[in-house]
Amino acid sequence: MNPELPPGLALQKVDERIMTLNVGPQHPGSGHMRIIVQIDGDFIVACDPDPGYVHRGEEKMAEYRNYITNIPHLERPVIHDSCNVLYPYVLGVEEILGIEVPERAKYIRVIASELNRCIYTMYWLAIYGIFLGHSTMFMWPAGDRELLIDLMEKMTGARVTHAHFVPGGVRNDLPPNFEDVCLRQVNYFEKRIKEYAAIFYDNPILIARTKDTGILSRQDAIRLGTTGSVLRASGVDYDLRKKEPYDVYEELDVHTNVMKEGDSYARSKVPWLDMLESCAIIRQALQKMPKSGSVRVKLKPNPKGKGLDSVYKRVESGRGSLGCYIVSDAKPEPYRVKMSVGSFRNLIALPYLLKGEKLGNMPSVYWSLNYWPVEADR
Amino acid sequence: MIKDLITPQNANVFVGKLGDILEKAIDKPLGYAINWGRIWSLWPVHIETACCSVEFGAASSPRYDVERFGIIEAFGSLRQCDLIVVQGTITRKMAPRLRLVYDQMPEPKYVIAMGACAITGGLYFDSYNVLPGIDGVLPVDVYVPGCPPRPETLIQGCMLLQEKIKRMKARKYV
Amino acid sequence: MSSDSENEQIETTSDVEPASKATPPAKEIELPKFEKGIADKITEKFGSKTKVAFVKPDRVRIDVGRDDIKEVAEFLRDVLNFDHAESVSGVDYPQDKEIEVVYHLGSYTDPSLSRQILVLTTRAQREENPIPGNDSTKLPSLREIFYSVEFHEREIFEMFGVYFQGHPDNRRLLLPEDWADLPPLRKDFAIKGR
Repeated sequence: MNPELPPGLALQKVDERIMTLNVGPQHPGSGHMRIIVQIDGDFIVACDPDPGYVHRGEEKMAEYRNYITNIPHLERPVIHDSCNVLYPYVLGVEEILGIEVPERAKYIRVIASELNRCIYTMYWLAIYGIFLGHSTMFMWPAGDRELLIDLMEKMTGARVTHAHFVPGGVRNDLPPNFEDVCLRQVNYFEKRIKEYAAIFYDNPILIARTKDTGILSRQDAIRLGTTGSVLRASGVDYDLRKKEPYDVYEELDVHTNVMKEGDSYARSKVPWLDMLESCAIIRQALQKMPKSGSVRVKLKPNPKGKGLDSVYKRVESGRGSLGCYIVSDAKPEPYRVKMSVGSFRNLIALPYLLKGEKLGNMPSVYWSLNYWPVEADR
Repeated sequence: MIKDLITPQNANVFVGKLGDILEKAIDKPLGYAINWGRIWSLWPVHIETACCSVEFGAASSPRYDVERFGIIEAFGSLRQCDLIVVQGTITRKMAPRLRLVYDQMPEPKYVIAMGACAITGGLYFDSYNVLPGIDGVLPVDVYVPGCPPRPETLIQGCMLLQEKIKRMKARKYV
Repeated sequence: MSSDSENEQIETTSDVEPASKATPPAKEIELPKFEKGIADKITEKFGSKTKVAFVKPDRVRIDVGRDDIKEVAEFLRDVLNFDHAESVSGVDYPQDKEIEVVYHLGSYTDPSLSRQILVLTTRAQREENPIPGNDSTKLPSLREIFYSVEFHEREIFEMFGVYFQGHPDNRRLLLPEDWADLPPLRKDFAIKGR
């Protein structure tokens, strides 16, 4: 054991048979975190996830910035899902400041967040392909998501970090002729992702590697408080867009996708089914959206909270329920902002899933949790 | 006469000197050839440090395709790599690991600091857990600004690095 | 913590009719029925041990002392069917010398509760010079009752220095291993240049 190494880096020997492996942070199958696994031969005996490599103190910083300047850095945890990660914060601030949002802005928000969900899921799917050594599955989604990124760029002006949602609406109105372009792109996108079934989801190699690995039963999924696609893949029909509709989801027809198996294959398939659903929601929203009108309520400069109050708002993001707990006092800055993110809540299932699994299955089980380390660390 | 000078003890020294002499004699063409080989095979380490890795991934997607510039998308083993792209924020927990990764890479090695956070701390300049730029940890060759930089910007940064390598002395590492 | 506004809300929750006549804002009149039912069930069972802080649409907040929190949490899980914790957050109140720990509980199994979030709060004593784990800032852990709080409570431990008694794994989660400063989310921990 090298005494010069920092405390977390030293290897420790547990038993003659059992070996401790540090997977990550420099590892193609771990992302921005470390998973400490103890293996006996090829089988994982225990697993201890070690996140925190991207812990940037967002919640502390939020206490020093006012309600509007908090927007850019609170979307940074998931830059490719930036509309959804900002959504609960914006909803909470609207409740604290007492703002009514125009109807057209609500529809624009729904379209933007559904597009963002697809962009996020496509990136996740691309990395899942890499983890399984399936290069085509990296190239196809990574190329197809650029279609939607183009749409978002037209709408907001930025590729990934949009900062488009503000308390009181959205920053800008849609560009001219956006509806037609959006409809065309989304239709093409839907046609493209249906082709993934043939190359990925019906692929015998994928099925052999992911079927019946890392099974999370229905009781465990509920007991561990998992959320999003992990929960729906274990047979619990819970989607906040349907159960607690925010903005205009009430008026849209949302269908949730539930699978009963609870294995890695189901967890990898549910987000893909959700993307097909997102396309349907975007088409509905484009149809029902008011064709003109205001998209933003003017705020007073430096808005203040009314007194000690707390709000908890949640939305369905690409990774599941995303809650934002804001405690306000009579100051322009929030007293406390807490983000309860889906990745952090799903991480708790990892030790349960990996126990008794083969080491080679670790990347596929780990990434099927729909986990984005930067978000979990905040 | 030369035969007498070379003994088994100092044979290695002679061979080494011969290399020096050869290099001095044909320094320019040899250096050019070595550098030419280097710039078209920049292999980055697979270490993601923060959210800029999304745009790094997009840069190797079919639309941007960094591979045509000789930069292979992130590679598994750091023993075969010669480029480290620091993709965003470096936290206090990540910094010693980053240095460990850098120390294990073989010479010559180059560093690209990608994103505002890697350059100065960016949006997180006042956070308690974020380093104000990676200059204190690694010697940076090229800074790529942006939050996050577009893939085009990253590609331009890589091309600037290639220009830089072209003008470097190849002998330093031979 | 401004206790005035809270006291007003408590009065309105306890008896709706007279309070609504006394206070002009129309918001206070229509307390949501279902949420009121949940709050009433809890006050019926525990009486003065719990304090209903507010009843808003889909949100009920209940303040509990630190000795009774396990009992209340068990009642919430077994009788009222709240089966998981959505989030656990800490809030530091240096002027009250207390740290509040807020559990947001939700339910997957009971369809009628799928919109509801029950906010369960308790307060731990706060010390000026914290030694995390070895001072009086301690709370009973709810990990035996809600498994999902495991990582959340570890996060609260490092960010606020609240030690959870009975938690099997009170280790550091997000901060670097050699962190030796104050717990960062306390109010007296100032960040650079502010």
